[in-house]
Amino acid sequence: MENKRELKVSAIDNGTVIDHIPQGAVLRVMKILNLEDFTDQIYFGANLESKKYGKKGIIKVSGRFFKPEEINKISLVAPTATVIEIRNYEVVNKLQVDIPDEVVGFVKCFNPKCITNHEKMTTYFSVIDKEDLKLHCHYCEKNTKKENIIFI
Amino acid sequence: MKNRSLVSINDYSKEEMLHILELAKAFEANPRQKILKDFVIASLFFEPSTRTRLSFESAINQLGGRVIGFSDSSSSSTSKGESLRDTIQTVSLYSDLIVMRHPLEGSARFASEIAPVPIINAGDGANQHPTQCLLDMYSIMKTQGTLDNLDIAFVGDLKFGRTVHSLVIALSLFKNTNFHLVSPVELKLPSSIKKFIVDAGLKYHQYTDIQEVINKVDILYMTRIQRERFSDAMEYERVKNSYVLKADMLSNTKEKLKILHPLPRVNEITEDVDSNKKAYYFQQAKNGVFVREALLASILGVI
Ligand SMILES: [Zn+2]
Repeated sequence: MENKRELKVSAIDNGTVIDHIPQGAVLRVMKILNLEDFTDQIYFGANLESKKYGKKGIIKVSGRFFKPEEINKISLVAPTATVIEIRNYEVVNKLQVDIPDEVVGFVKCFNPKCITNHEKMTTYFSVIDKEDLKLHCHYCEKNTKKENIIFI
Repeated sequence: MKNRSLVSINDYSKEEMLHILELAKAFEANPRQKILKDFVIASLFFEPSTRTRLSFESAINQLGGRVIGFSDSSSSSTSKGESLRDTIQTVSLYSDLIVMRHPLEGSARFASEIAPVPIINAGDGANQHPTQCLLDMYSIMKTQGTLDNLDIAFVGDLKFGRTVHSLVIALSLFKNTNFHLVSPVELKLPSSIKKFIVDAGLKYHQYTDIQEVINKVDILYMTRIQRERFSDAMEYERVKNSYVLKADMLSNTKEKLKILHPLPRVNEITEDVDSNKKAYYFQQAKNGVFVREALLASILGVI
């Protein structure tokens, strides 16, 4: 059933399918993976029915494969995502995203007095709580909680 | 510790902290030695802090070093819009070590990653002030003879007081420290700091009245309560006097009690306390020079 619905969005011959993206997170996932500037075909769908999650989103990127450290960035907004690699219309690899130990360069520190919000520099957090998602800023030493996460 | 920056008290292990305190003791016995005469030290105060700056500059001068720098950002290139990165890179070319104070949190860590010379953090916003922490530890060690088995009361603004946070974290490394936390309900020690106490297997007790604890502690660490920290001005008016230390409150305190305060004080310790032998805050400020001498000499590798 699920496969049929995916086909509606269109199949790709080579590339990556990111499935089970939580409702409302599709565009943020695209942004985190810099897909806004990608020139090959991308299909995406939102508000699709999912047995497991109610509503879900999906992204299919043609001719593009991601390194684990690249794809794991999306775990902050899409912890339930499944990543499927397709070569010649065949699924060659299927994996769940992992919350990384470190978050470098794509999350803003919530502390307005943090140096990272005033200088041209890369933000750097260690993930101190993976379940509740809490990021510890390497610079100001304050914690950014899940509800305060803003992507750069 | 040679050539290593000191940004946060957590950068030092317990052994390294104790090593600095040992060195500080030697400098107290012999504070004027010309061991830094070949060194130029930059003192960059992006926000004014006369007390801390003079303490550092006195330490540098007593060891024969030269100081360059500025005492607030209006007299620096920052006021012309220069980035911190450029300021630090440039000053690194002129100096062997940079002491810096900056209003933004994390600025010293960032500087330590850019600069080819070591950085000593003299305060980065509300974040860290490790030399204050070490001088507090030195003062406790010197007056109590140990950093183990002590009952220590922290009084006042425990929520925003960075000196309290660092000192609690550092003292959690020592045996049987018993923490007594006295503050208005709104200004309690954050749970992220209490976690250090609990994780070390130590105990803390919370109070709202200084009288509950004053007679059983070895150290009374006073801090200032600022009106702007309260969401409710009435609440400030109601509690402010409960956190003022007066001489008559000391009559039944322990013989070896010492009163510390990071200074400047406003009205949280009345002046009649100053002449009491348990008042130690001015000596504590003096100890800062010896601790800073120890850090400079150690980081520059001359001892
Ligand atoms: Zn930060």
